[in-house]
Amino acid sequence: MSDAVETAEARTQKLEGLGTKRKRVEDARFTQGKGHYVDDIKLPGMLFGDFVRSQYGHARIKSIKKDAALALPGVVAVLTAAELKPLKLHYMPTLAGDVQAVLADEKVLFQGQEIAFVVAQDRYTAADAVELIEVEYEELPAINDATKAMAPNAPVLRDDLQGKTEGAHGKRKHHNHIFTWEVGDADATASALARAEVVAKERIVYQRVHPCPLETCGCVASMDKINGHLTVWGTFQAPHAVRTVASLISGIPEHKIRIISPDIGGGFGNKVGVYPGYICSIVASIVTGVPVKWIEDRMENLLATAFARDYHMTGEIAATKEGRITALRCHVLADHGAFDACADPTKYPAGFFSICTGSYDIPVAHLTVDGVYTNKAPGGVAYRCSFRVTEASYFIERMVDVLARKLQLDPAEIRRRNLIRKEQFPYQSALGWEYDSGDYLTALDKALKTVDYAGLREEQRRNREAFARGETRKLMGIGVSFFTEIVGAGPIKNCDILGLGMFDSCEIRVHPTGSAIARLGTISQGQGHATTFAQILASEIGIPAANITVEEGDTDTAPYGLGTYGSRSTPVAGAATAMAGRKIRAKAQMIAAYLLEVHDDDLEWDVDRFRVKGAPERFKTMAEIAFAAYNKVPPGMEPGLEAVSYYDPPNMTYPFGAYVAVVDVEVDTGITEIRRFYALDDCGTRINPMIIEGQVHGGLTEALGIAMGQEIAYDEFGNAKNVTLLDFFLPTAVETPVWETDHTTTPSPHHPIGAKGVGESPNVGGVSAFSNAVNDAFAHLGLVHTAMPHDHWRVWKTAKSLGLVS
Amino acid sequence: MIPAPFDYHRPRTLDEAIALLAAHDEEARLVAGGHSLIPMMKLRLAAPEHLIDLQDVAELRRIGGDGQALVIGAMTTQQEVIASALLAAKCPILRETALQIADPQVRALGTIGGNVANGDPGNDMPAVMMALDARYRVKGPGGEREVAARDFYLGSFDTALKPGEILTHIIIPTPPEGHGYAYEKQKRKVGDYATAAAAVILTVAQGRCTAAAVALTNVAPTPLFVAASGQALVGTRFETSAVAEAVRHATTLAHPAADQRGPAEFRTHVAGVMVRRAIERAKARAA
Amino acid sequence: MAKMHIKLTVNGRAVETLAEPRMLLIHLLREELSLTGPHIGCDTSHCGACTVDLNGKSVKSCTVFAAQANGATILTIEGMAAADGTLHPLQEAFREHHGLQCGFCTPGMITRAYRLLQENSNPSEAEIRAGISGNLCRCTGYQNIVKAIRAAAERISTSKEAAE
Repeated sequence: MSDAVETAEARTQKLEGLGTKRKRVEDARFTQGKGHYVDDIKLPGMLFGDFVRSQYGHARIKSIKKDAALALPGVVAVLTAAELKPLKLHYMPTLAGDVQAVLADEKVLFQGQEIAFVVAQDRYTAADAVELIEVEYEELPAINDATKAMAPNAPVLRDDLQGKTEGAHGKRKHHNHIFTWEVGDADATASALARAEVVAKERIVYQRVHPCPLETCGCVASMDKINGHLTVWGTFQAPHAVRTVASLISGIPEHKIRIISPDIGGGFGNKVGVYPGYICSIVASIVTGVPVKWIEDRMENLLATAFARDYHMTGEIAATKEGRITALRCHVLADHGAFDACADPTKYPAGFFSICTGSYDIPVAHLTVDGVYTNKAPGGVAYRCSFRVTEASYFIERMVDVLARKLQLDPAEIRRRNLIRKEQFPYQSALGWEYDSGDYLTALDKALKTVDYAGLREEQRRNREAFARGETRKLMGIGVSFFTEIVGAGPIKNCDILGLGMFDSCEIRVHPTGSAIARLGTISQGQGHATTFAQILASEIGIPAANITVEEGDTDTAPYGLGTYGSRSTPVAGAATAMAGRKIRAKAQMIAAYLLEVHDDDLEWDVDRFRVKGAPERFKTMAEIAFAAYNKVPPGMEPGLEAVSYYDPPNMTYPFGAYVAVVDVEVDTGITEIRRFYALDDCGTRINPMIIEGQVHGGLTEALGIAMGQEIAYDEFGNAKNVTLLDFFLPTAVETPVWETDHTTTPSPHHPIGAKGVGESPNVGGVSAFSNAVNDAFAHLGLVHTAMPHDHWRVWKTAKSLGLVS
Repeated sequence: MIPAPFDYHRPRTLDEAIALLAAHDEEARLVAGGHSLIPMMKLRLAAPEHLIDLQDVAELRRIGGDGQALVIGAMTTQQEVIASALLAAKCPILRETALQIADPQVRALGTIGGNVANGDPGNDMPAVMMALDARYRVKGPGGEREVAARDFYLGSFDTALKPGEILTHIIIPTPPEGHGYAYEKQKRKVGDYATAAAAVILTVAQGRCTAAAVALTNVAPTPLFVAASGQALVGTRFETSAVAEAVRHATTLAHPAADQRGPAEFRTHVAGVMVRRAIERAKARAA
Repeated sequence: MAKMHIKLTVNGRAVETLAEPRMLLIHLLREELSLTGPHIGCDTSHCGACTVDLNGKSVKSCTVFAAQANGATILTIEGMAAADGTLHPLQEAFREHHGLQCGFCTPGMITRAYRLLQENSNPSEAEIRAGISGNLCRCTGYQNIVKAIRAAAERISTSKEAAE
């Protein structure tokens, strides 16, 4: 008996399935410089494209002089709106129901906006040609402040929307207004606020930042005129959606378009949308008949591609004197820049911001969001967070701390009193979400115990006294963040992108000699899908992960999917993978029964084989079944061993976590040292703990950047600031602390393998933990709320305002 | 990202370099380590038609000294400054400063000559040279001359270098053994320019300050030598009031631009903090 | 402005090509020599994705003209493995310790780590972090990169001792 158990364990280990710290298959090529990114592509006759971009934030274009550029040897073409208009391509639809200028038509609306596209023999000539194009502008007053966008006399930004009082999401109440979105119970919330024992109100601004993946956006478009076939390689987080959109706007039928996402050097949401560079490259390739490559540089990426956040949130939170929250009201002013190019499911112009009741049992809530246009880059996108979830989480985590201040309650304690209880799951939130599972108190307790929270607060007490006595100039801060994310978009009934339901897919084919290939509708940008999805399958079908090739990103071969962002791959494509695996196993069972001459029900699954119940020495391994599938299937059954699953998830998934940050703020310099950061994540079933840990490290580092220094700011003329890496804060290894990671496991009840997804949790939870910590450092001196980024001078300004520095 | 076109020259001797500069006049720029000039060329903020690369001019690469003074060739890289046992022993502020400049790759090519010669107010070495009372040897078509670091900086990217001149060596009067030194720099992250920085060189005898020099980085269009700060310390035992006065002179003189590091008021305040800390650390190190 | 003759030794091989003086070394490597390991991640010499080893120094090849590199000896990520395909201990350690995710910073990071370990064969954690401060990563949070470099350092020392 013990032999059989060991053998089963050994066999399980060999599979490297779920839960294994499997080393990555991708690493072989990346560590040897053999990755295949868009800019690595070199095709015969390939030309290069480069943009002339607006130097103003808001201006009329009076003229564009292209002659000198066209005369430069090596320049093949210069496209402007004039060339695109007859093709109706000077505007393109955005994912949010708006339109965006591909090349500026008569007007520019943000600094860096695309005006002309030069096509030349090499990138050096293209750059020279860009310098030779003269644009004459008439500068107009710019709006850089969302709170001024709807002033009565605010300048008109969108001439193309003049007279349009209805937008994609309903009525527009001002020429710079985009939409109003409302959810929850206005009356019940108002009445709860009115009769509450305590109400805390605060304005919480989440500054504009940018996902800034290390690889910028780009594509190579290649039109084969003879066959009428368009191929585009590009930095696309959603290649199938790009194919469908490209077909709709170009008129080329979808079966004649092939979109390929090769290796992508980080996405973080920046590479979800369609950019003018892609459209111009496609047009240029069609016009010239040769491939055209466009790769933006870093400044263009930060200036003109999709930003994130820029949410101005006003919150009111009602509670009893004991700190039990009774209502939440929130209004958001959402700055979308010049065009609403937000990448959200269609019905959610403010994404899933309505998760803003967070991890707390709040009986009644009301949310309104007003989107507005300003003279800034268009967007926004979900920068390593599901749609608007970090905004929502930051909002509620700050509001809870603000409430705690008001009630003089400890931030961990007020959370404990309000966290949704385990028995309440599945939990219906006041703003319409059904949270799948959670055991919040266990996670909170584990986190607080591990960091010795009580000890930290005691240490803080002593630090505050020492500070008051002048013995130290550093203030200790402790930030607690308990977040619930909503990821895995999503059920087709409420989640679609441009009408494409947000299911995802997996197609598997098992070869005669027992190895397999699987293709998915998602696309990794570093998450290691080729490694982890093979693990899911290995556990489902008993073939070692090392024998399963996983491919993504080529729309000619991969089944349709909505791509990778918003932590949706594991919840949706991972589920499809498990389901397809189960179909394989179901067929395999029938073949095995036939081979063993028993009934299907007489067999049981044992790691990598089917064995006869009660006679375990009679079995067929998956490898044997695979071969049999090609020559010895039961009569009436098709040969082969193949399955596909298109998975429509019944719900989103809700990963959660408890993070604690300990900081020391030096008041004289504004420098904040991160002393300790502890992150406990619950993402349900953990497919590859090594990869999960890596995701948490990376997300926390992005959160550090956001909380402590990142910002894309605009002055009153619409000049963008921090658009190079000199000023846009990306932490190096020196600023980044050692991250302590931990976990609990609360599987998702509706997911085939109980997994929830984790990639974005650390950015969501991390930002709040850092910001709460800095705010906490000053809380005893009267600070209620100070906004991010908590860079040196802003922290010093806070210290100064509290009278701590002379 | 792509610079404008230019002709490239790689002279083998200093005189050849000077002749090339003279021949091409305003259309020529020297390139040393390239990590100030080439980023500007990539943004097309600089577009010289001729680039004169000094990497093969052997006489510009040396670190030596004769007891009275240390002589450092302009093409000495920051990495070489850091690695020099002679400089670590005789003038350790140079190593401390170099380690706070940029990052390892930039330091591998970036030169001390480039750092002191191009007049960028963000560069760190100029203030250090002022504190050390260094002199710059300069050679041009008219011959050789020396300019005191304290007289060299006229404005932002505007120095006492005349057209056609090359800064060839830095001459540092060897600081006395046991001197105190410190370069305190606050920055947003590793590799950034200073929010404000202070260089302090001082000597102490029986607890009393016998000499002191204080200079500031990036809080004005030029590096600032704050003579009054040094004077406020000499003869004192670094009492709180003396240090405070030294700080006050520095913050009075500082007039930084507002930038993404913060408003002028904040940067001036930080300058004061840097001066105070540099004095404290220099004093602690003085034997 | 006319093209120049550039001679280099790259990954042990002598190469000759023509290039405009203004051609950046990173473009020469990637486009003329098809060595697409080093990458371009920024315009202001911050990110380090373009790092190569030039005459025994870690250098950002986006801030060097090919003309300046004329006559130089260059090592890129493509030259790190041995001729028989045996991976360098750094390449193995990065895989072993999950020191990469999207892979875009990885060639520059490993090439920099290579020179770091030549300069300091037993770096502490702080020295490693300072040593790679010219290389940005957006995916890993650096922690596993530091672990990988540490592990490679140990392995290289051990095999050096074994060889002696």
